[in-house]
Amino acid sequence: MATLKELSKRPERFTGGHRLCPGCGASIVARQVLLACKDPAVVTISTGCLEVGSTIFPYSAWEVPFFHSAFENSAATCSGVETAYRALKKKGRLPVDKEIKFIAFGGDGGTYDIGIQSLSGAMERGHKMLYVCYSNEAYMNTGIQRSSATPRAAHTTTAPVGKVIPGKKEFPKDLTGIMAAHKIPYVAQTAVGFWRDLTTKVEKALAVDGPSFINVHTPCRLGWGYQPDMTVEIGKLAADTCFWPLYEVEDGRAWKLTYKPKEKRPVKDLFNLQQRFKHLLKEENKGLLDEIQARIDQDWEDLLKKVEK
Amino acid sequence: MSKKPGWKELASGDLLEAGTAKEFETGDWRTLRPIKDDEKCINCLNCWIWCPDSAIIVKDEKMIGIDYRYCKGCGICARVCPPKVQAIKMVDEREFREK
Amino acid sequence: MKRVARTGNEAMAEAMRQINPDVVAAYPITPATEIVQIFSQFVADGLVDTEFVAVESEHSAMSACIGAAAAGARAMTGTSSQGLALMYEMLYIAAGLRLPIVMPEVNRALSSPINIHCDHSDTMGARDSGWIQIFSENSQEAYDNVIQAVRICEHPQVRLPGLITVDGFIISHGLEVVDLIHDEEVKSFIGEYKTERSLLDIKHPYSLGALDLQDFYFEHKRQEAEAMYNTPEVIRAVGEEFGKRFGRKYDLIEKYKLEDAELAIVVLGSTAGTSRVVIDDLREKGIKAGMLKIRIFRPFPHKEIAESLSSVKAVAVMDRVDGVAGFGSPTFNEVRAALYDGPTRPPIVNYIYGLGGREISLEEITSVYKNLEKIAKTGEVKKIVNYLGVRE
Repeated sequence: MATLKELSKRPERFTGGHRLCPGCGASIVARQVLLACKDPAVVTISTGCLEVGSTIFPYSAWEVPFFHSAFENSAATCSGVETAYRALKKKGRLPVDKEIKFIAFGGDGGTYDIGIQSLSGAMERGHKMLYVCYSNEAYMNTGIQRSSATPRAAHTTTAPVGKVIPGKKEFPKDLTGIMAAHKIPYVAQTAVGFWRDLTTKVEKALAVDGPSFINVHTPCRLGWGYQPDMTVEIGKLAADTCFWPLYEVEDGRAWKLTYKPKEKRPVKDLFNLQQRFKHLLKEENKGLLDEIQARIDQDWEDLLKKVEK
Repeated sequence: MSKKPGWKELASGDLLEAGTAKEFETGDWRTLRPIKDDEKCINCLNCWIWCPDSAIIVKDEKMIGIDYRYCKGCGICARVCPPKVQAIKMVDEREFREK
Repeated sequence: MKRVARTGNEAMAEAMRQINPDVVAAYPITPATEIVQIFSQFVADGLVDTEFVAVESEHSAMSACIGAAAAGARAMTGTSSQGLALMYEMLYIAAGLRLPIVMPEVNRALSSPINIHCDHSDTMGARDSGWIQIFSENSQEAYDNVIQAVRICEHPQVRLPGLITVDGFIISHGLEVVDLIHDEEVKSFIGEYKTERSLLDIKHPYSLGALDLQDFYFEHKRQEAEAMYNTPEVIRAVGEEFGKRFGRKYDLIEKYKLEDAELAIVVLGSTAGTSRVVIDDLREKGIKAGMLKIRIFRPFPHKEIAESLSSVKAVAVMDRVDGVAGFGSPTFNEVRAALYDGPTRPPIVNYIYGLGGREISLEEITSVYKNLEKIAKTGEVKKIVNYLGVRE
């Protein structure tokens, strides 16, 4: 577990000059993941905000080897790169002493939805790679469309709040749970707002001999509708309300909470700060808000039962 | 990039050198400018770890400045500065542009 | 040289064993499954030191090959039909990123209706994806073509992916006599794979696959086009060298009794074999029949086609695919366009045949020549696009 002072001495491998929004959570995730990785790393990425905003020809914000090919295949592509690494090492065409880490990034669209097959396949095959999902809970790059990570009742442009329908009808899919069910060596959930939690989890993930997956709750100031300086605060609130608990799962069995809020705050406090939930604060939607709160409470209790005592 | 290269001059296959975004300055996106008060700063480095634009300059464990070439003025640095410290203030960018 | 009996799939898998690629990522699909299966056994038996990735789909097969190739590995896969269709998005990316992936591909009809037998609808659908396309008439050619493809695709002036096709079941599962080259000779013929840049070269990091907007996309596509323009010369040189070393010379097209022919058919793949029998028979009867076999469909050998058809009196282009384009099928339309700039423009007709594995008989091919005879005599084309072997 590195301190901020230690981290600050490592080379900056995600540069300024990228074109992501002011206050973008995804760029914070990219920076912190790379800072946490002490070894050389190769990065693959799915099409999305982070990719489009960081590599507009002829400008790249990545100081590490970086590869993008399509939307749904960051994991499969990374598995190919990792396989080439093993093949070339075996054939003596690469130095054997230097270990390279492989990190695949994808947004929630590229991970929960269109890329879930590619992700599941790569994890099942046991490639030694870390997959980081920066979940900003909608298709932000194409203009805020709903994904299977979008929270119930959130406003998006394809599940909008209208006169008769109050936003997304469904609860999001539990992707972290799905990945834990793969029984891979390391799965974790973290959030922007917890740099120590995130960098520690990245260190752990990169240390295992096999696949690992980290799901990062990543505030999006444009899609969620808040002032850009609030990115870190909102991330923290997501954990403090237990809307997005921070935990890790080893080998699909050992569940461990890595952060327990001192006082569990009502989800209303989190929703209050975001335009996409503002309709929930109206009197007529109180029932819906209560339903969401009940679900969060239930999920939290279920999680507490799973974690090691 | 002064003159854009023709197809015969470009490296083939959509390949570009690492870290070239440093040549692209996003500082002109800013409407608010973070100003650091050296007296107040305790070098906790919170601003550094949270900056989305890698624009906080740290040397020998000390926060020594802000790289205005890239800073987009999101204000996260001011927000994550500990409440008792408050070493970063966001100031209207126009004050600097007019000077 | 060793003479053995091999199916098309076995022959191509054998070529892959001898190439000993760094990475193979593949997914099973009829009738190409055997390629993957046989190759997996080679891996299991330690006959290759390839890293084999049994991916969960063809899309991931091509994605993994793309990743591996970008990392400096010689990467291969094999597929057919729906599998090729599922790769479609990635085909363009492999070509655009200039990654010389080599892929044996078994021609099979595309759904719907679902069918597992031969036609060229799968391959033709990918004809403008930036891949080199090599059609093989039989197992021997399939074997030879896979080996040559490595040299062609990896050539510094080319650096494009390539697919080598055989006709589903007819060749993929048909047992034929194949002359195999010794392992060491294949190894020396293909040489070591060397890339200019690799993702694993951590000392010289770069970004590959950036967003390319109005100001650069066109230049990169122009480079890709140039690579394809460079390819015919490379294919010829490699075919020539292959001939010198192993006794079987290859060119962009093959002519059969075409020099003095008056009536010519243009074919791809296994139908060439059937046609030879018909031509021999017609020649005995004094009819000057000939055939032009297109080996390389991409890059399209337009000049060679125009030249070799310049003195015939009538041409029929046989398409084992219906372009469903409202007019003609791919090979017909391209051959016809090639003739526009030729010294003469012989009358030309299109025959669509053999869809979904429908067999084509000697009599049916003979009937095509009969029609050509009429056309040559009268100079009149009654029907440009014709169907052969479909029940009315």
